[in-house]
Amino acid sequence: MAAHLILQKILKTGRVSEPAPAADPALRTRVQALQAEILRVFGQAVAVRHVDAGSCNGCELEIHALNAPQYNIEGLGVKFAASPRHVDVLLVTGPVSRNLETALKRTYEATPEPKWVVAMGDCGCTGGLFGASYAACGRVADVIPVDVEVPGCPPTPTALLQGILAAVSGGR
Amino acid sequence: MSAFDSLNPQAIGKHLWRLRLAAAQLPGLAEAVREDGGQLVALWGSDDRHLGAGYAVHVVFLAARGLVWVSAGLAAEAPAYPDLAAVFPQAGRMQRATWDLLGIRAEGAADGRKWLRHGAWPADAHPLRKDYAGEPVRETDAYPFVRVAGDGVHEIPVGPIHAGVIEPGHFRFSIIGERVLKLEERLGYTHKGIEKRFEGMDPDTGARLAGRVSGDSHVAYAWAYCMAVEAATGAQVPERALWLRALFLEIERVANHLGDLGYLGNDVALSFGLNQFWRLKEEWLRLSEALFGHRYLFDRVVPGGVAADLVGGSALAEYCLAVADEVRELKAVYDEHAGLQDRFANTGICAPELAARLGLTGLAGRASAQAWDARVQFPQFPYDGLEVNMATHRRGDVLARAEVRFAELFESLRLIAEIIAGMQEGALRADLPQVTAPCEGIGWVEGWRGEIVVAVRLGADGRLDRVHPHDPSWRNWPLLETSTLGNIVPDFPVINKSFNLSYSGQDL
Repeated sequence: MAAHLILQKILKTGRVSEPAPAADPALRTRVQALQAEILRVFGQAVAVRHVDAGSCNGCELEIHALNAPQYNIEGLGVKFAASPRHVDVLLVTGPVSRNLETALKRTYEATPEPKWVVAMGDCGCTGGLFGASYAACGRVADVIPVDVEVPGCPPTPTALLQGILAAVSGGR
Repeated sequence: MSAFDSLNPQAIGKHLWRLRLAAAQLPGLAEAVREDGGQLVALWGSDDRHLGAGYAVHVVFLAARGLVWVSAGLAAEAPAYPDLAAVFPQAGRMQRATWDLLGIRAEGAADGRKWLRHGAWPADAHPLRKDYAGEPVRETDAYPFVRVAGDGVHEIPVGPIHAGVIEPGHFRFSIIGERVLKLEERLGYTHKGIEKRFEGMDPDTGARLAGRVSGDSHVAYAWAYCMAVEAATGAQVPERALWLRALFLEIERVANHLGDLGYLGNDVALSFGLNQFWRLKEEWLRLSEALFGHRYLFDRVVPGGVAADLVGGSALAEYCLAVADEVRELKAVYDEHAGLQDRFANTGICAPELAARLGLTGLAGRASAQAWDARVQFPQFPYDGLEVNMATHRRGDVLARAEVRFAELFESLRLIAEIIAGMQEGALRADLPQVTAPCEGIGWVEGWRGEIVVAVRLGADGRLDRVHPHDPSWRNWPLLETSTLGNIVPDFPVINKSFNLSYSGQDL
C-alpha cells in the first residue's frame, strides 16, 4: 500500500520548511523582507527563469537545492517557470559561451518588462576560471544588462535567495 | 591471448598502460580489443609541433588488463588517422570534435559533420592548435540534421534553452502521433574552451579547473586530474590523503544519487519523492559543509593530497546509517507505488546487446548488464582493500537505472563507514617533485556517472602543456537517442533524467 507508506512517511517527517521562528533571526529578517518586497513589487509572487549560459553545472546544483523543502521558496512566492515569457527574473549562470550568446540575448528579449537579471556564480560575475576566450564571452553583464551579481562557486541557496531579494528590491 | 600481449605496452601505474604505435595499426588494434570484449573509452588529439613532432591522436581502450592509453604520431601537414567509429561507434563524436578543435581528420569516417564548433570560429580554424590566434567570429550555425520524411511525420525542436533547470542542448524529435521515430542531439552549446584554458596553467590552478569540467562530478575530476599529475611528476601521495579522496568520492556519489532519485519520482508526478529525497540531500550537503567546508567539496582534492581533513568520523558513520534507514523507507514507497512502477518499467530501454555494441558505460551501462566498475575490477588504493559490490541489472530501462542508483547509494553509505574505520592518521599532502623535462600521466576514477579519465602533459617548465578531461557522457549521449525511440514524447524527461548526462563534461 504505497499511499499508506507515503502518509506514514509524511507524518514522520513533519514540516522541515525553514526558517524556524527562532532558529536564525538573520535569515528570517531576509526572508520576511523578501516577501514584503515581492508583495510590494509584484502583488503576490515573483517568477524566475533559469538560463544556463555555459555553466559547469555546479550553480545548477544549488538552484535545485533552493527548491528543497527546507527553503520553501514557493511558500515565499518565488517560483521557477518554464518560459522566459512568463517571468520577472532571469537567473543566468556560467561564463557566457559564444555558442549560447545568441540564445541568451533572445531569452532576454523574450522576457517582458519589467524584468530583472541576476548573474549567478563567480563565472556569471567575472567569467571565473574560464574567463573570456575564443569560446567564452566571460561575465553575463558583457552580454545582457545585469541588475544583481551573486558571487560564489557555487553560491549557496541562501546567497541566491538574497540575490533575488536584491534584484526585486531595486525598485525599477 | 589478448589484443595487447604482442604489443608490450608499458606499465605506467596500477592497471594503467601506455602504448605508442603507427596510426595505420589503430583499426586492427581496435578490432582486436572489440573481439576481446573491450571498449573504446576516449579519443582526442594533440598538437606536438612545439616538441619537434607533428600532431598525435590518442585513444584510450578498456581491456582485461586495465586502461591502455595508445598514442600515434601524425604528420605536421594535413594530419590524419584511419576512422575508428566503424569498429567503436562511440568514437564518432570524439573524432568530429578532434577535427573541430585540432584539424586532425579521421579518414573514411561516415559522419564528417562538425560537432563542438557552432558559429564562434570558422571551419578552417582550429583553436587547440598551439599557433591559433583567431579572433572570435559570429557565423550562422547551419547544422544538417538528419531529416525524417513520410506521411504524418513532424518535428519537435527543443532547446538549447530548456524548460527546466537543466543544462543547454538541442533535441530534435521526429515523431508520428506521440511516438518518437528519431531523436537527434545537437550538443556543444556550453563549449567554453576548457582544454585551451588549461595550457600554461600551474598544476594547482589546473586542479581547480579540472574540478569544474562538470561540477556535479567535481571530486571525480579533481582526483583523476591529480592522479595524472602525480603519475607524471612521480609524486608520492600520503595514504591518509587517498583515504580522504575515496571518502569525498563516495560522498559525491551519495549526493548525486539522492538528488536523481528525487527527480525521477518528480518526473512521474510523485512530488513526494522529490521533497523527501531533496530534504535528505540538503541535509547531506550541509553536513559536507560542516565537516569539510564546502557543500560539494570543491577544491578539497589538490595535487599531492587533499586540503581538508576528517575530524569526528564516528558521527558521519552514524549519520550514514540514519540516511540508509530513510532511503529504505523511501525505496519501499517507490517499490509499492503502482503509478511510478508503471512509468519506470519498460520505458527508455537500452538492451544489453546494444549497450555493448555502442559502448554504454557507468551506472547506465551497469543497468544494461555492462558490468564494469573501476572500483571493482581495477581498484586503486584504497579501493583495492574495500571489496566494493557492483550493482548491475539486465532490464536497461528507467526502472533498472533507478534500481542501480538505490543499490549504489546503499553501497556508498556502507563504504563511507568502512573508509572512516580504515583510515590511519598521517600527512594530508606531499609536495610535487620538481619537473625538468616534459612528462605525461593519466588518471582514472569511477565517478557517480561513470569513468572519468584525465590525461595530462606537463612542459619542462612544470606548467600544463596539454590536458584532456574525458566524461563518460561522450559514450552515453548517443544511447539516450536510441533508448528514446518508440517511446512517447511525454516520457522523454524521465528517460533523460534516468541517464542524467553531463552537457558541460562533453562540451568542454
